[in-house]
Amino acid sequence: MEPIPYSDSYLRGILERTRVIAMVGASTNVRRPSYFAYKYLRERGFRVIPVNPPAAGTDLLGETVVADLESIDVPVDMVDIFRRSEEAGVITDSAIRIGAKTVWMQLGIRNDEAAARAEAAGLNVIMNRCPKIECGRLYGELGWGGINSGLFSNRRRPLRTRTKLT
Amino acid sequence: MIDSEAPLEFGFETRAVHAGAAPDPATGARTTPIYQSVGFVFDDVDHAQSLFNLQDFGFIYGRITNPTVSVLEERVANLEGGRGAVACASGHAAQQLALYPLMQSGDEFVASRYLYGGSITQFTHTFRRFGWQVAFADPGDEAAVRAAITERTKCLFVESLANPGGIIVDVERMAAIAHEHGIPLIVDNTMATPWLHRPFEYGADIVVHSLTKFMGGHGSSLGGVVVESGKFDWFASDRFPAMTEPTPSYHGLRFAETFGDFAYTMKVRADALRDLGPALAPQNAFHILTGIETLPLRMERHVANAQAVAEYLEQHPAVAWVSYAGLPSSPYADLAEKYFSKGPGAVFTFGVRGGYEAGVRLVEHVQIFSHLANIGDTRSLIIHPASTTHNQLTDDQKIAAGAGPDVVRLSVGLETVDDLLRDLDQALGGV
Repeated sequence: MEPIPYSDSYLRGILERTRVIAMVGASTNVRRPSYFAYKYLRERGFRVIPVNPPAAGTDLLGETVVADLESIDVPVDMVDIFRRSEEAGVITDSAIRIGAKTVWMQLGIRNDEAAARAEAAGLNVIMNRCPKIECGRLYGELGWGGINSGLFSNRRRPLRTRTKLT
Repeated sequence: MIDSEAPLEFGFETRAVHAGAAPDPATGARTTPIYQSVGFVFDDVDHAQSLFNLQDFGFIYGRITNPTVSVLEERVANLEGGRGAVACASGHAAQQLALYPLMQSGDEFVASRYLYGGSITQFTHTFRRFGWQVAFADPGDEAAVRAAITERTKCLFVESLANPGGIIVDVERMAAIAHEHGIPLIVDNTMATPWLHRPFEYGADIVVHSLTKFMGGHGSSLGGVVVESGKFDWFASDRFPAMTEPTPSYHGLRFAETFGDFAYTMKVRADALRDLGPALAPQNAFHILTGIETLPLRMERHVANAQAVAEYLEQHPAVAWVSYAGLPSSPYADLAEKYFSKGPGAVFTFGVRGGYEAGVRLVEHVQIFSHLANIGDTRSLIIHPASTTHNQLTDDQKIAAGAGPDVVRLSVGLETVDDLLRDLDQALGGV
């Protein structure tokens, strides 16, 4: 899947305005990419609420897994979708309904019809990207792994420091 | 901070100086510091586990990552137009690391016949002992390249500008053949450097370098690097299980699924570099980074001097032939125009009249050129392969390897070009 260009300022703006993320498809299996992203984003100061119907009611690193977006009782800034592109439409419609400000579809996930509906409803949309990778890239961590971040800076880069969670 | 819309909008010279680097977050040091530390502290056990499981970004141990080395990796990835890079101790180490995620014992790869002699030896003898079988083919003969590819072939390997010089490989055609067969094209871009040629722009999937040569550029520090384009689809076939299947040493992690378009870079680092161990010293990374800052300036002078020396030798009565793709007489002049508009490098061979004895006398009579086995130094270098690097071969083998008794290889440096011409003339006069 070809990458979709988003400007650094657009991505950075979304990450800086976001506090609460609902992660649809967050896995309780520690080997899965969604678990990696879930753990990382929590440690960078986001509250991440796992949404995963089969695991609803179980505990994932201190958050209770919920069955659907409508079950979340706090305002959600971003819905992060770890489901197949075909399923992203229904999830996007839920995201619009609960008043989320951003719909973010993971690497390999793209649903242009859903994106158009979300944008028409005033939401920001990002597709085929990972918020963990973009957060790492924009705050200077991704380059530690030799990855081409595309960042140029003549000032000290602000690090989004890791916070210890209990 | 510049919030770049598209990273490659900056010019090459700007990126050669800045890509991957920024003022040190703790001190504001403007030059990339040498982080001469083997270990890096963990905040707590959970942090350590996250790092070991590749769930978080950060430094663990100097064999895997180091902050100085990371800057070099990102710099080279950026200059090649790639997604990510892993630096290592030498160009030879880079070749081993590049193949490791692709090859199982019993697998095959196809390599150009026109490679640095050390690569031919590494592929023929050492890699064979790993069960990695090489088949060599002439990259100018596309039917031969296709015929060498089998069901077990995992990649095609070429040098864009072949050492000892004068040969240019049609990278675009080689990429097309590799992709017809569902395998990646690996290009050794050492002799070209990304200033002269960027293989990813012609479809290559992986680039390797000996950073020891023109990239570092000063003959002071060994280094190598593996760069990935990020565009190869590992899931298109079941040919690359190490990329697509669960990795036992990482709790069943599937690299291509978890890391997307930089999965190969992660695999090279987390498996190959971690377990084979050829880490780059941070001190060397610093020297190579400093060299790369002036890469465009140096390469302009290298190729200008090489062109002048090649033209001079071509008309010299003591010289039988010159193999430099910048000469109109070269069979590679057309490919040079397509791939090397800034000039086809600064390493080439020529034949001295009088054979073996004449070659020996030439390398013993030069006064500026240094008689040694390296290329890509600020200093001009000369070697007579038949009496040194290829001395163990029979005469027939020497000729087949491009190291016949009359062959002399030059790596043209940055000195005043008239001094180089005078030096060669006086030494050839002695012939």
